[in-house]
Amino acid sequence: MIYFDNAATSWPKPPGVTEAMVHFLEKVGANPGRSGHRPSVEAGRIVYDAREAVAELFHAPDPLRIVFGANATEALNLALRGLLRPGDHVVTSSMEHNSVMRPLRALEEQGVSLTVVPCSPQGFLSPPDLEGALRPETKLIVLNHASNVVGSLLPVREAGQIARRHGCLLLVDAAQTAGDYPIDVQTEYIDLLAFTGHKALGGPMGTGGLVIGERVPVDELEPLKRGGTGSRSEHEEQPDFLPDKCEAGTPNAVGLAGLAAGARWVLETGVEHIRAHEVRLTQQLIDGLREIPGVTVYGGLDATRQTAVVSFNVAGLEPSEVGLRLDEEYDIMCRVGLHCAPAAHRTIGTFPTGTVRFGLSYFNTPEEVETALEAVRAIARANK
Amino acid sequence: MSYGVVLVPSTSHAIRAERVCHLAGLKVKLIPTPRQLSSNCGTALRFDWEERETVEQVLRANKVDYDEVHQLEW
Ligand SMILES: Cc1ncc(COP(=O)(O)O)c(C=O)c1O
Repeated sequence: MIYFDNAATSWPKPPGVTEAMVHFLEKVGANPGRSGHRPSVEAGRIVYDAREAVAELFHAPDPLRIVFGANATEALNLALRGLLRPGDHVVTSSMEHNSVMRPLRALEEQGVSLTVVPCSPQGFLSPPDLEGALRPETKLIVLNHASNVVGSLLPVREAGQIARRHGCLLLVDAAQTAGDYPIDVQTEYIDLLAFTGHKALGGPMGTGGLVIGERVPVDELEPLKRGGTGSRSEHEEQPDFLPDKCEAGTPNAVGLAGLAAGARWVLETGVEHIRAHEVRLTQQLIDGLREIPGVTVYGGLDATRQTAVVSFNVAGLEPSEVGLRLDEEYDIMCRVGLHCAPAAHRTIGTFPTGTVRFGLSYFNTPEEVETALEAVRAIARANK
Repeated sequence: MSYGVVLVPSTSHAIRAERVCHLAGLKVKLIPTPRQLSSNCGTALRFDWEERETVEQVLRANKVDYDEVHQLEW
């Protein structure tokens, strides 16, 4: 099997991830931070290891300002619903995933005003366009770090500078970049970074989180849920400090054990090294697809300006048909359709049909890319 | 022997406190919070009382919030 659906979730996981989860279940087992006995403290240490590894990877100065949750969607909901109030203005791009768009559309109903800045048909955002959308009451800019449809990298550092100049905050959706593209929340002026654990970070599903920078007013951040934290147990009110304020309920400690191992593997392998491999594969894929008659490739067509995600269509065939044939006849897994991102597909001109998307990872090889190119060639030829 | 105990807001703080103290070469240990001390958290950081100043310096330098510091005879 050739697995080219890493943009949906990564597979295989890095070495050590499964083992860390089995170790947790078989040898640790206790509820982290609840009970004070040794296995409970050990479970707490493992969860802390995940915090520390993720903090190191994103250059976040304080591991305790990382709030874990189920995925990027939960982190984005926490940031958006936790900070925006009626009367606030928020600016986003036309390349966003529905995990940003849907909460924003719901907030719009409640009196938050929203500006969606159009991106180019290749999926890129111009910083002056972004800056032009800001108003005195703009509280937040929220941007995809990279599109899950065409991989285009958005100018987060420039957005961070714009946010500082205008006194608002920058929230970055790093679902598609965390783990295989360098991220530095300090030098890129990222106030809030939402990440998911199950993609390039190499962890299991059910893990993700929000990095909360020092400019974010924690007292104004409304948690999504309230409940037990193991701390301040004599109080019936939610603790006001991080991470407990936003981490009610028993965490997915077994998942976080896996995430810690995945993030450590990324640190040890080196993001730059992972990125360089993916850039080579991505360019090979783009160049190969472009040579096939009848195939349209979307995006900037330059691997250095995007992540390892390539969207294309074959003339005369529905994306779902191409996907089915790749799966059943060639044993190649991809994702077709709208990829939870209707706005992005409108931007690149592929709404409502969608595209066929290949999402590569560090574990893919040039040979697999060549095999996939052969398959697309055969499918396109047969359709002529 | 005289020990110090640092009370912290949560286990995450306790573990971070332990980590930064270890990195600074201090001999510290996480213990269940002694019953006679009232704390927000069931886990506390124990250290040698002679090192009190260094421990507090290290915690402050790493911005680890803590509540109270107590001296205990073990
Ligand atoms: C750009 C982008 N944002 C957010 C998400 C949501 O991630 P999750 O499903 O892990 O919450 C995804 C992936 O599904 C994504 O590609």
